Amino acid sequence: MSAVLRAEHVTRRLTGDVPVTLIEDASLEVERGEFVCIMGPSGSGKSSLLYLLGLLDVPDEGHVLLDGQNTSRFGESELANCRLQRLGYVFQYHFLLAEFTVRENVTLPMQRLGRLSPAQCVDRANALLERLGVADQAAKRPHQLSGGQRQRVAIARALANDPLVILADEPTGNLDSASSANVRQILRDLTKAMDKSVIAVTHDATFAAVADRRIEIIDGRIHTPSDGG
Amino acid sequence: MQISLAVASTHLRSRLRATLVSLGGVVLGVAFFLAVSSLMRGSEKDFLKRLIDNNPHITVYDEYRLPEVQPAQLLWPDGAVQVSHVKPRAEPRGIRAYREKLAFVESLPGIRVAPVLTDSAVLLFAGLQQGVTISGIVPAKMKTVTTLEEKIVEGSLDALAADSNGIVLGTGLAQKFHLHLGSTVSVVTGAGTNHGLRVVGLFRTGNASYDEGQTFVLLKRAQALLERPDRVNRFVIQLDDATTARNVAAQIESSIGYKSVSWIEASEDILSLLLVRNIIMYSVVSAILVVASFGIYNTLSTIVIEKTRDIAILKSIGFHARDVRTIFLLEGLIIGCVGSAFGLVAGAILMRVLANVALRPPGVTEIVHLPVWWGPEQFALATTFALCSCLAAAYLPAQRASRVHPVEILRGAT
Repeated sequence: MSAVLRAEHVTRRLTGDVPVTLIEDASLEVERGEFVCIMGPSGSGKSSLLYLLGLLDVPDEGHVLLDGQNTSRFGESELANCRLQRLGYVFQYHFLLAEFTVRENVTLPMQRLGRLSPAQCVDRANALLERLGVADQAAKRPHQLSGGQRQRVAIARALANDPLVILADEPTGNLDSASSANVRQILRDLTKAMDKSVIAVTHDATFAAVADRRIEIIDGRIHTPSDGG
Repeated sequence: MQISLAVASTHLRSRLRATLVSLGGVVLGVAFFLAVSSLMRGSEKDFLKRLIDNNPHITVYDEYRLPEVQPAQLLWPDGAVQVSHVKPRAEPRGIRAYREKLAFVESLPGIRVAPVLTDSAVLLFAGLQQGVTISGIVPAKMKTVTTLEEKIVEGSLDALAADSNGIVLGTGLAQKFHLHLGSTVSVVTGAGTNHGLRVVGLFRTGNASYDEGQTFVLLKRAQALLERPDRVNRFVIQLDDATTARNVAAQIESSIGYKSVSWIEASEDILSLLLVRNIIMYSVVSAILVVASFGIYNTLSTIVIEKTRDIAILKSIGFHARDVRTIFLLEGLIIGCVGSAFGLVAGAILMRVLANVALRPPGVTEIVHLPVWWGPEQFALATTFALCSCLAAAYLPAQRASRVHPVEILRGAT
């Protein structure tokens, strides 16, 4: 396997009246098709690390390499292009656009990328929704869906542009146990069936149990990587 | 762009009431912009038409713009000796060899010209006397350069042409002297000539001082009364295209030497007044659109605050800052376009209504309509200004939205 995402000695600080170090000297590699869980207590820097790996935030020191490309010199536009083409996000609160239908939410990244015609975008959105078992909800608005369904729509949107890596921030944190199991299985299948890498932040030990690898982070430092399975 | 447009229209629909209020502001702004500017342009056109129609386009006077250079000065421009007490040549005032100069002016294309000899005289009748302006004219030529014939309420210019002792007066003067057609009045000129003239025509222009102080006789009669044989002291010129007056006047002046004043030069103060009036008018009507743009700013600012999370989502899935800026500028543009479209229709209706308003000013017997004029440039100007106002109003919220940092929003989200 080859590393699709690599962090090298990444440090992120917040400046202000009281400077805070969110992440300190963190290094890690994620292989293609690997399922990695980042665990740790609240406030330890899990989400901050995920944002750095997902190119939503920029490290003060160190580098993040995506598919072998050093992103540290990338400008705002190039980072946005990387997020659009090679990364997909799933957040704890699904974060779908309320005024758009489920299908429109999934077509958004494809339309922005502009590689497919509008009809092809709709076809692909339908296929992804079908795969995630929410095709019958395509014409509905997000508020008409259950929490689990919304999260599956969010996963479909994350897969819209066929990314290399899916980054999930507490994807089951707001779901009941049945929905959690369903989302967990979907993410697990993505790595096996679609060869996607998944990096998920979670508190949930059951969720972390299905990961290939678990990374523990305490006070902004990667602590003791341990094998999962 | 398509996806940005979809997001923009969704945002506006999500704040429908505020959007409609903003839209209403633009509609009213554009409509009033059109209505007021059409009234101002209408009154300006009406005023200029009266100015152009009732006055000569060019008047050639029997004087020079710069004093004549003395022969000695021409010969010795740097001479140390000054010739003083030069006695001017005594000759009747007027345009020298006016027939040749008249022929030259008449030969220019698109020109109608009438020679006139004008001076002061005193009118005497039944013990009354009044100073008047007496103008010697050639009726056939005068008809082609003035609206005098249209203003004649009794008699005619043809009657003047047929009667070498005839005089045409204003109705104001006739009333003052109790004169009517066929009455005979005495005219005394500065040359000391006293001659009886018969009233053959009465005119009314509506301008009281003109109607009480202007008289017309035949040119030859005026030359005799004023003892200035074969002289005229001005050419009255009308052009097919009044807008060329300045250039034609310059051409005439450079050719015949006498001072030629176009209506534009003669009315410079009025034209500059109209310009100032236009600036004031456009400032006032533009203020309506500026106020409307504050409404748009308010609406879009609210949308930015309400949709901060959506903006963060869009950025996290790969939308650029410029995409987000475009979305909010498009929102301003949508309000501008839709508001302008409805505003143009409302403005056109308002202009039609104004054009049909009938007024009867005090002391005037005829019904007058508001002078309304509109052209495509007003519609274009109103639309352009509305769109610029809307885009300007959208710019700050768009900038703020484009600077939203997704991590800050995602961290704080629950």
